[in-house]
Amino acid sequence: MLLTGAEIVVQCLQRENVKYVFGYPGGAVLHIYDAFFQQDEIRHVLVRHEQAAVHAADGYARASGEVGVALVTSGPGATNAVTGIATAYCDSIPVVILSGQVPTAMIGQDAFQEVDTVGITRPCVKHNFLVKDVAELADTLKKAFHIARTGRPGPVLVDIPKDVSAAKYEFHYPETVSMRSYNPVVKGHQGQIRKAVKALREAERPILYAGGGVILANAADELTALARRLGAPVTTTLMALGAYPASDPQFLGMPGMHGTYEANLALHHADVVLSVGARFDDRVIGSPEHFASEPRTIIHIDIDPSSIGKRVKADLPIVGDVRHVLADFLRILDEEGVTAPSEALAPWWERIEQWRARRCLAYEQPAEGPIKPQYVIETLWKVTKGEAIVTSDVGQHQMWAAQYYRFDHPRRWLNSGGLGTMGVGLPYAMGARFARPDAPVVCVTGEASIQMCIQELSTCKQFRLPLKIVNLNNGYLGMVRQWQQLFHGGRYSESYMDSLPDFAALARAYGHVGIRVDHPSELEPALERAFTEHANELVFLDVLVDPRENVYPMIQGGKGLTEMILSADGL
Amino acid sequence: MRHLISVLIENESGALSRVAGLFSARGYNIESLTVAPTEDPSLSRMTIITTGSDDVIEQITKQLNKLIETVKVVDLSEAPHLERELMLLKVRATGKDREEMKRMADIFRARIVDVTDTTYVIELTGNQGKLDAFIQAIDPALILETVRSGVCGIGRGERVLRV
Repeated sequence: MLLTGAEIVVQCLQRENVKYVFGYPGGAVLHIYDAFFQQDEIRHVLVRHEQAAVHAADGYARASGEVGVALVTSGPGATNAVTGIATAYCDSIPVVILSGQVPTAMIGQDAFQEVDTVGITRPCVKHNFLVKDVAELADTLKKAFHIARTGRPGPVLVDIPKDVSAAKYEFHYPETVSMRSYNPVVKGHQGQIRKAVKALREAERPILYAGGGVILANAADELTALARRLGAPVTTTLMALGAYPASDPQFLGMPGMHGTYEANLALHHADVVLSVGARFDDRVIGSPEHFASEPRTIIHIDIDPSSIGKRVKADLPIVGDVRHVLADFLRILDEEGVTAPSEALAPWWERIEQWRARRCLAYEQPAEGPIKPQYVIETLWKVTKGEAIVTSDVGQHQMWAAQYYRFDHPRRWLNSGGLGTMGVGLPYAMGARFARPDAPVVCVTGEASIQMCIQELSTCKQFRLPLKIVNLNNGYLGMVRQWQQLFHGGRYSESYMDSLPDFAALARAYGHVGIRVDHPSELEPALERAFTEHANELVFLDVLVDPRENVYPMIQGGKGLTEMILSADGL
Repeated sequence: MRHLISVLIENESGALSRVAGLFSARGYNIESLTVAPTEDPSLSRMTIITTGSDDVIEQITKQLNKLIETVKVVDLSEAPHLERELMLLKVRATGKDREEMKRMADIFRARIVDVTDTTYVIELTGNQGKLDAFIQAIDPALILETVRSGVCGIGRGERVLRV
């Protein structure tokens, strides 16, 4: 069948079972949009800014586990997409980005809306392609999806010149991909795995430290089974919240800069650390030198060999898909007849319980206000029964959401952990809603972050997305203000958000429900109304919270896990 | 420590910039880089000279392997290997310097490949040290141009890097 390049694109997406494409049209992709117009299988979601197209595709991927797809035009369409691409790259999210390009004959001539998209995106994609011949289009798209979703996942960009989308070619979609240069490892080394199981069984103070790789590999069940079998404490990074049930007593909370007292101390004092799809990054262990000051055995499972040994030395490296590797751990424990946790861990748990008794996340909500942001998140958890998909932007509200919304299931917590991109919250919520139309989706944001993609309220209206936006409005770039208070002598340089809009009125202007909450007693009823009376509408809850509240515990950048500030009293 | 890393990579446009970009983005040293197609024109072979601690070299090889187009990576300097670099040197060759330059070229087993009344172009192949030594041995005032290819490397004996 002779098809145009544009029709080939649509056919390929259909073969990959793509249901939604998030995009924005323009000159270089007109042929592709024309082909979309003439089909019904794939739904196009028209965003209001290309950055949001990639974020929404990324959010869709995070919530569903499927590859998200974004479509943008050349030039500014592609450059606007870069922040979204880099965000997905830093968190290893499978996204395929299709960008239009000027016709091949005009490449390099500084044509209208021409940029070197492949060059600009090269450092922030897993891989990218410029398709110069329509004959290569189908093969390239097949490879793009394969590369995006296998191994350590990531964004893959395919740049398609306008003449390529216009040219005709015999369509044939390859069934399989064979690349001599790309064959990611799946199974872990069995000898290493046996050694690791032995180390864990002999450990007196083990800890399971899980990262985003557990979510990406859909290995939450295996992780939970292993933790229960060993009776070991579990800490999950910001990227892995929900990989282990937060309501379980073996869960210590998140480690790191704003991690819990018990998680940080247990990670520091453990004699065997099983790192599963995590990478010991600077926001988790702080200083590698301080971390290395305590002797311990580190077992490091990761599908990406370059993550192992990058920041800390691994004693037992295991390269492989964490789901396969954890399944091997469980099988070996079966063979060895280990069915229940060892009694030998009792002293370790006694120490952990002492740390936990510090109740590092305790706070007080004064009856007459101001509203504490922690209280907002806890109330949200209560009203949604802990079952919502929660997205966040970046800053204090992100940390409070991570600390106080107890996630019991994977793929319910979507945030930009690696790049720390303000503005992701709303488009992530949009993507999540398309992925899970049955689930309540809440965007926890702040008055600064929400303004970085607020135009998407219009997209939400067009597609009738009944999202709930909880804006923790403290009038400040809160995390910047916190650092300025703690480390810059209280000189609040440019962190005060002046001239804020009336967010509730703004939401109403976009055709949504807007509610302002400024007293603690109004919070729960307002949230209840959002999920009942306004269940089918987007509700923007502008919650005025205590502007002086800080996120604790806190470890200053570059310090070690034992050097926590637990409260304002600890300053 | 100085390392010599050989990379087999798909001969596709952009592959070189992925490697060069990787080194600059992650702050790795790159002393020299050579690249050309192999006997299989779909594959290119690169030789990269870099320096770094063991940890850094481990990361470099891992990051190179991670590139989608990379087929194989070997740190040649881990075992016996050969290194060769080609240098073309244009020198002033007049009067008594003309004979002296010819003599030096002979001593270093270099070849004079272009001759005019006033200049020679000298071709010299060897490891980096030999090339450096030749430059040291002649009068710097006579050097008009220096072109060096960067180092190519290959393992000794049965040690073979291929698909």
